[in-house]
Amino acid sequence: MFAIDYYQQAESVAQAVALLAAEPGARLVAGGTDVLIRLREGRGDYARLVDINGLEELRGIGLADDGTLRIGALSTFRQVMASDDVRRLVPVVAEAVGTAGGPQLRNVATVGGNICNGAVSADSVGALLVHDAQLEIQGPEGRRRTPLQGFHTGPGRVALARDEVLVALHIRPRDYRGFGAAYYKYAMREAMDIATIGCTAAVRLEGEAIGELRLVFTVAAPTPVRCAHAEAAAAGRPLTAETLDAVAAAVAADVQPRTSWRARQDFRLHIIRTLAARVTRRAAERAGGKF
Amino acid sequence: MAVGKSVTRKDAAAKVTGRARYTDDLPMPGMRWACYVRSPIAHGRVVRIDTTAARRLAGVEAVFTFEDVPDRPFATAGHPYALNPDHADVADRRLLTGHVRYQGDEVAVVVARDRLTAEAAAARVAVDYEELPVVVTAEAALAEGAPALHPGGNRVNTLRFEAGGKVDEVLERADAVVESRYRTPIVQHCHLENHIAYAYMDDMAHIVVVTSTQIPHIVRRIVAEALELPLSRVKVIKPYIGGGFGNKQDVILEPMVAFLTLQLGGVPVKIDLSREECFTSTRTRHATVMRGRAAAGRDGSLAALDVEIFSNTGAYASHGHAIMGASCTKSCNLYPRTAVRFAATTHYANVPAAGAMRAYGSPQVIFGIECLVEEAARAVGMDPVAFRIRNVARRGDVNPLDGHELLTCGLVECLEEGRRRIDWDARRRACRNQDGDVRRGLGVACFSYGTGTYPSCVEIAGARLILNQDGTVHLQVGATEIGQGADTAFSQMVSETLGLDCDDVHVVSSQDTDVSPFDTGAYASRQTYMVAPAVRQAAEALKGKILAHAALMTGQAAANLDLRGGRIVFAGTPEEALLSLSDLALDAYYHKQRGAQLTAEASCKTMTNPASFGCTFVDLEVDIPLCRVTIREIFNVHDSGVIINPLMAEGQVHGGLAMAIGWALYEEMLIDEQNGRIYNGNLLDYKMPTFMDIPDLGCAFVQTREPTGGYGNKSLGEPPIITPAPAIRNAVWDATGVKVDEIPMTPKVLYRYFSGAGLL
Repeated sequence: MFAIDYYQQAESVAQAVALLAAEPGARLVAGGTDVLIRLREGRGDYARLVDINGLEELRGIGLADDGTLRIGALSTFRQVMASDDVRRLVPVVAEAVGTAGGPQLRNVATVGGNICNGAVSADSVGALLVHDAQLEIQGPEGRRRTPLQGFHTGPGRVALARDEVLVALHIRPRDYRGFGAAYYKYAMREAMDIATIGCTAAVRLEGEAIGELRLVFTVAAPTPVRCAHAEAAAAGRPLTAETLDAVAAAVAADVQPRTSWRARQDFRLHIIRTLAARVTRRAAERAGGKF
Repeated sequence: MAVGKSVTRKDAAAKVTGRARYTDDLPMPGMRWACYVRSPIAHGRVVRIDTTAARRLAGVEAVFTFEDVPDRPFATAGHPYALNPDHADVADRRLLTGHVRYQGDEVAVVVARDRLTAEAAAARVAVDYEELPVVVTAEAALAEGAPALHPGGNRVNTLRFEAGGKVDEVLERADAVVESRYRTPIVQHCHLENHIAYAYMDDMAHIVVVTSTQIPHIVRRIVAEALELPLSRVKVIKPYIGGGFGNKQDVILEPMVAFLTLQLGGVPVKIDLSREECFTSTRTRHATVMRGRAAAGRDGSLAALDVEIFSNTGAYASHGHAIMGASCTKSCNLYPRTAVRFAATTHYANVPAAGAMRAYGSPQVIFGIECLVEEAARAVGMDPVAFRIRNVARRGDVNPLDGHELLTCGLVECLEEGRRRIDWDARRRACRNQDGDVRRGLGVACFSYGTGTYPSCVEIAGARLILNQDGTVHLQVGATEIGQGADTAFSQMVSETLGLDCDDVHVVSSQDTDVSPFDTGAYASRQTYMVAPAVRQAAEALKGKILAHAALMTGQAAANLDLRGGRIVFAGTPEEALLSLSDLALDAYYHKQRGAQLTAEASCKTMTNPASFGCTFVDLEVDIPLCRVTIREIFNVHDSGVIINPLMAEGQVHGGLAMAIGWALYEEMLIDEQNGRIYNGNLLDYKMPTFMDIPDLGCAFVQTREPTGGYGNKSLGEPPIITPAPAIRNAVWDATGVKVDEIPMTPKVLYRYFSGAGLL
């Protein structure tokens, strides 16, 4: 039993936007894997719901003519994992969402929800950031596009107005062609867990060297972070242990791990450094590189 | 012959198809919901409590605070009644309290027409507290001037004993003495079915309590004590239950639901705890700190073990006063030729109450002992398996504490089997001189355990057999099926003795204290052993009655007859049937001049308690930079006497191993040492391992035949959880050269140890 005070099933994205605008305090419910947990906790601020589960325009994964990959915001983790386009073009996205929760959760949790809940630990976000995903958002004024990079503004906060709906994510060919990528979820157990540290790396090789490294950490700062210093330390460098050491050394300048009851700062930073090297190496190897 | 066969569990199909009915599956018209009002602070006194807003909510029927309940303390531990008042359990609970002693303590209870209303009303009870200083650790709780949780102070009791020699003298002249401190965490049972109970009255006097419990007959007594009612006015029903692991060997919700129905004119009232409430407000495993010393000789002898241990029983004693006594004494069978000394103190603290949990303190005590023994072996340059084989119990050894001879003991064979199976010598050689990021190690640990509670408590069990009109039998026992497979084991015993197919023995799985034979319930790994004599006696008696009736029907002498496979035969020519049991049964029931309903009942006390033994072997890898342990192979080898049902026995071992891996590597209730706040009382933040984290689990049995028991068996329910943790710790030491003296060995803990050792 849940104490739900208001519930509307939207019949179009435009109607969802209108319902959100008209009903103060209303929130979207998609897969429900966050909302129902909050309701079970007795959180009254989740008691007014606009259900978007019926909206086919938010579903579907496919390629545009220019090779851009579109992932509907309402795609479940399971659908992302099963998508041939995702597995062929951006396999790290499938790898990443495959680490979330367990099978039951992945059958209902959506990529859009994983981004819009602003979770610092979101499993999909690192993979989408290394591929520089673009967000398609609909609001009262119509649709806009904005990069995922910068969308997170703080723990649990994103740059989405309360009457806006995320429609889809787009990944352009230039952001996936030639990259090898990997995700490592450092958690306290292998399933049903939230990352202690998440590390995603994408590497494009140039000859025998790293042409470009894109490195993202989650749960390492108030928002998911691209690691500019670590990326710079790798650019143009050969595939050697020294390069990996340089990445590990530089990454400290990119992150702000904190001490909490879950883990201490020094431990988190040690894991961040270790993963920066290991995941970069795995991404480079997946791009065809040899150390 | 059914004993020793892997017959299919009686309840397997009912459980996997969802037909089995648990407490929450037994609805009742007019059921009310009750919800506790819990303390947000760990220690304090209620100075004001206002229930006005809660009472005003539509659908709320009653609110009771600590001022409205009987001011009579009662004990909750699920032990048999003790005739000797010195042996009585600690009576330190009331139904509700104005002196809150942990975060989650119960100050009031709300009854409403549905769950949401009850929860909403509970949140509207306004409570002001005067905060008191908080003690969380042994050190803080036992410090001079520490705030007393209970009138007698924070020390519940201290047990001291020495056996097998003078430990000080042995330590003095030993070739090597090792010393260390060990720490084990608070963990929770995490049984699938949360605590749930409801109560109603179906006449003017009697209260019926339906509850998920391991101990229905004990619940009946404690409810009567708490409410000051004659015992016969309380009836307890135990339906199917979804696991307990000791957490339901305690009385938690039953006195409250009984109180509420009594107050509310007999309407049914239910309490169904959430998982989060189960974490904070049922029972946990005691956290311990131990300081231990071991003495070893260059000849490979383990000369002495000297153990000082502090056991944190939390806000209320529950089983706390008994657990250290049980676990320290049971460990005396492990190295019976070694001088041992124990000093075990149990204390209160402002953390959730600890109670019984699988193996009842032995995992904590054996963890310390098996870490020490590992160190002693290394101190005298001996292989850890060889050192243990040199020192562990053998058949004919005499327990140095109680003087009992070990009539069966297969521990040396268990260790030899484990050593062979894991290819100990070769694999261990391969682990020498490693220097990579990922290193491999092997570990071993062994244990002794009991098969019940005698002579500490009475051991009594009852069984009733009824021959049905169709020639099958119904078995009723007071012992409880709680998922461990007891019903199936009992049916095998009946089958063995009575000469019936297991399928023709139906076990009544539910207990009803008005009807079921008396038995104290599922705990201490006692049931298969303690119930066996009653089942056997009843089966023999029923067989005698059946053969006597067969003699009447056939005109043959009963002494010449036998019962085989459901048929009456001549004992000398068993292949030829004289009469089917179903024909005999019809005759016994309905013949107008002879026979009767053929039943037999037995209630037996047992005055023996044989030790069971076993060990764990593990092969693992440690990724040092990631501070992670990966188990490559792990198995237990057990001497549990005759194995009644090999497949179910294997299941017990797998379950115990998995729980132990959680204890060793993952699980801990994290509680703030300053304010007693519980950080992770839920299944997300409390890292119980999942199926993905548990490696393939192995087991083997060295079968001895225990002569004192009905069918040659000894304990197996709890023992598999005892040794995996020290074996894993010893393997981590083997792999990395770092001795980790605390569990769980989570990445955070390993980081601290590996950093300290200069590995990172």
